[in-house]
Amino acid sequence: MKIILHIWRQRNCKDKGKMTRYEVPNVNQEMSFLEMLDVLNEDLILKNEEPVAFDHDCREGICGTCGCMVNGMAHGPLPGTTLCQLHMRHFKEGDELYLEPWRAAAFPVVKDLVVDRSAFDRIIAAGGYISVATGSAPDGNAVLVPKENAECSMDAAACIGCGACVAMCPNASAALFTGAKIAHLGLLPQGQPERDQRAIAMVAQARQELFGSCTNIGECEAVCPKEIKLEVIARMNGDFIRASLTGR
Amino acid sequence: MELNSNSPTGPIETRWERHRFNLKLVNPANKRKYNIIVVGSGLAGGSAAASLAELGYNVDCFCFQDSPRRAHSIAAQGGINAAKNYHNDGDSIYRLFYDTVKGGDFRARESNVHRLAGISLNIIDQCVAQGVPFAREYSGYLDNRSFGGAQVSRTFYARGQTGQQLLLGAYQALERQIGMGAVKMFPRTEMLDLIVVDGRARGIVTRNLITGTIESHFSDAVVLGTGGYGNVYYLSTNAKGCNATAIWRAHKRGALFANPCFTQIHPTCIPVSGEYQSKLTLMSESLRNDGRVWVPTTKRDKRVPSQIPEAERDYFLERKYPSFGNLVPRDVASRNAKAVCDEGRGVGESGLAVYLDFRDAIERLGASVIKERYGNLFDMYNRITGEDPYKEAMRIYPAMHYTMGGLWVDYNLMSNVPGLYVIGEANFSDHGANRLGASALMQGLADGYFVLPNTIGDYLASNKLEKVDSSHAAAREAESSVHAVTRKLLDAKGTRSVDSYHRELGKIMWEHCGMARNAEGLKQALALIPPLREQYWSDVKVLGAGEELNQSLEKAGRVADFFELAELMCRDALDRNESCGGHFREEYQTPEGEAARDDENFAYAAAWGFQGVGQPPVLHKEPLTFEYVHPSQRSYK
Ligand SMILES: Cc1cc2nc3c(=O)[nH]c(=O)nc-3n(C[C@H](O)[C@H](O)[C@H](O)COP(=O)(O)OP(=O)(O)OC[C@H]3O[C@@H](n4cnc5c(N)ncnc54)[C@H](O)[C@@H]3O)c2cc1C
Ligand code: FES
Repeated sequence: MKIILHIWRQRNCKDKGKMTRYEVPNVNQEMSFLEMLDVLNEDLILKNEEPVAFDHDCREGICGTCGCMVNGMAHGPLPGTTLCQLHMRHFKEGDELYLEPWRAAAFPVVKDLVVDRSAFDRIIAAGGYISVATGSAPDGNAVLVPKENAECSMDAAACIGCGACVAMCPNASAALFTGAKIAHLGLLPQGQPERDQRAIAMVAQARQELFGSCTNIGECEAVCPKEIKLEVIARMNGDFIRASLTGR
Repeated sequence: MELNSNSPTGPIETRWERHRFNLKLVNPANKRKYNIIVVGSGLAGGSAAASLAELGYNVDCFCFQDSPRRAHSIAAQGGINAAKNYHNDGDSIYRLFYDTVKGGDFRARESNVHRLAGISLNIIDQCVAQGVPFAREYSGYLDNRSFGGAQVSRTFYARGQTGQQLLLGAYQALERQIGMGAVKMFPRTEMLDLIVVDGRARGIVTRNLITGTIESHFSDAVVLGTGGYGNVYYLSTNAKGCNATAIWRAHKRGALFANPCFTQIHPTCIPVSGEYQSKLTLMSESLRNDGRVWVPTTKRDKRVPSQIPEAERDYFLERKYPSFGNLVPRDVASRNAKAVCDEGRGVGESGLAVYLDFRDAIERLGASVIKERYGNLFDMYNRITGEDPYKEAMRIYPAMHYTMGGLWVDYNLMSNVPGLYVIGEANFSDHGANRLGASALMQGLADGYFVLPNTIGDYLASNKLEKVDSSHAAAREAESSVHAVTRKLLDAKGTRSVDSYHRELGKIMWEHCGMARNAEGLKQALALIPPLREQYWSDVKVLGAGEELNQSLEKAGRVADFFELAELMCRDALDRNESCGGHFREEYQTPEGEAARDDENFAYAAAWGFQGVGQPPVLHKEPLTFEYVHPSQRSYK
């Protein structure tokens, strides 16, 4: 089948950028979305045109490297699916697709569909961890974790840090990402001692990185490829308020 | 060259403890005066960088992804082994040691493996404390499963995302140190050369992948945790960015490359669907616990699997290996799948697939139990193929998965180049000729959290290192050689893309140095690779400039290294006239068609020294002795 692509081309962070139209004539429905872009790029190279830069690595939906907006939807139309796991059988002959990078003040465009998400790392560095130096841990079974807590914690820990939540949020808020880490660690007994301090530090860092505030729109949950629930934001807010009130 | 493994002797149970006691220590107040470069932020590199910084060293850490959290370790699914014996089912450090030496087909160093098995206990403790949400039983205790045919339940897991959770634990520890200023992180920065001064590793040359700037970084020691080289084959289960550049360029600066031909093929991957295929997706090994592997008895049977009657199905693993059946080890399962496809009985469009069928399991246990066990895998299969494995058998085929070979290291994880340490999949150390399931995560974390932070201090405390900076001739030479390679790739301005060459190289390797090898095929590969490599250098087409984000240029450099490494792999495979583990030489098999080892002549690690591109490398042998686990023939009949 033939797919028509309009892709955001931008040489570097200083360039203004614009949409460019491409046709990919021989798309096989078994291809993944990124394989379609590979085919386009091979074609461009042979025509002496620079290939489209896009980020990707595992192509298994787990590393969180890939992602762009496809017709206004982060990671494209299929729920719970990263761009690399989206296959072309979900499209049809002649479809026109508009591909744009994540748009957020905190995610400057590097080139074409590639953005800089290092703000996420800095949010984690601010407090998204449990402070335990190597070698000082007690036996693994010394701390019991109720199965349900472990499961809920794992639900939140499944976040791949792709940034789709930010890209889809009208406020470009990082609440789902930040909340997911706060919930993952806060649901475990090991995470309790630093819980207050963690919430304060991570929320402050997110603000400093120019992410917007959460106004409970829920677009983030709708596009999250790992189906992280809005509940994590409620947990974050709860932890943050409690920590602020107790002044810890 | 005399290869000294620095392995301790005496009772194996206390070797590591005694060795550690004999290592020199760096005075705590002095640690901050030392600079250590860690290349890689996967389980090995990430855990090492964090732990070294906790000890007080100054650490610079590098990765090519945009964040250290995205290293390929993130993709590991199944789990991590540890001899905790929480189930009282007879597991012990000694049993894990024994299983690993035997599983590696007697081509690993006993001292290393025993240390690994011992440290496995500490790893789980550390990860739990970090908040890794391991699966739990209703009581709140840690849950385990048996994995990859092991007879005890020693695999810890976090759903099907164990690698992700372990890596996030290491990444968070690393970010904590970054936040405190103890580690300086360089994401999107690729190591392109090693700086060797007076025979010692003293720094690296990198390219900033955003700006294209090439620069040198200096240190008192360099640690490589840069992962495996499975992407030589183009199609593999590895992430697209996985590459051999760091270890290969270190090899060209003198580090020996050990057992390059020891590669592991994973039997249960989703088959190739077309020429555009960019990578292969692994389906967890656990599927073989309930799925039955078969092909039709007749060639090119195009019926849908559910329409093929029982009498016309050949459950070839159950037929050939009645006691292990579908649970034979990875290499055996893979080779048998290939054999039936070679006979023309493969299924699917390409004929390069076999069925993995859950019909009987669903009948016996009900679809809901199967869903509970494998739901996420079935969904993944459905997402990729558009087919429903609850209704029709899955199609699977083996794919390149893991590389046991890597840079040679001694017991301290130091290569033969003083000051150059190699950890994780990048080294050759613990898995011999075949790695057991759930043991790579264990090794990466053992190296990074517990071994290297102990051993590196001995080197630093024992050697007085002069200061070096970019004015040093060795640094200038390394930098200019990186510039030269970059220019050469950009200036070739040829006719074919990097990927098209990589694909061609991958096909040669899969065909001749893949699941089964023979002298004739390997010689053929050795005749095909050099001219293709030459052609690559003159005909590759890399557009754009060096001073910007240029993904084609990144790939071009990596593929250039794959060409040279591929040749070494074939030479090593040709030189090893025996079959062992993942290295199956068709000429050397038992009458039943199983791998026939030759312990008399090949009980050694083959460590190759670089002599120049296209020049025959020199072979150094590290003899392997087995004092505890006595070599025997594996049998799964
Ligand atoms: C699909 C899949 C499933 C697996 N499942 C399991 C499992 O269940 N259990 C198990 O035990 N093992 C499993 N494995 C194997 C295991 O995941 C790997 O062997 C292990 O994670 C490797 O870790 P590492 O730290 O050595 O390397 P990696 O995680 O690959 O990290 C390499 C690091 O080096 C960096 N790097 C590489 N080259 C350069 C360079 N030139 N310059 C700068 N940085 C560089 C990268 O950016 C990255 O940070 C699986 C592997 C695959 C492919
Ligand atoms: S490439 Fe890893 S999630 Fe898509």
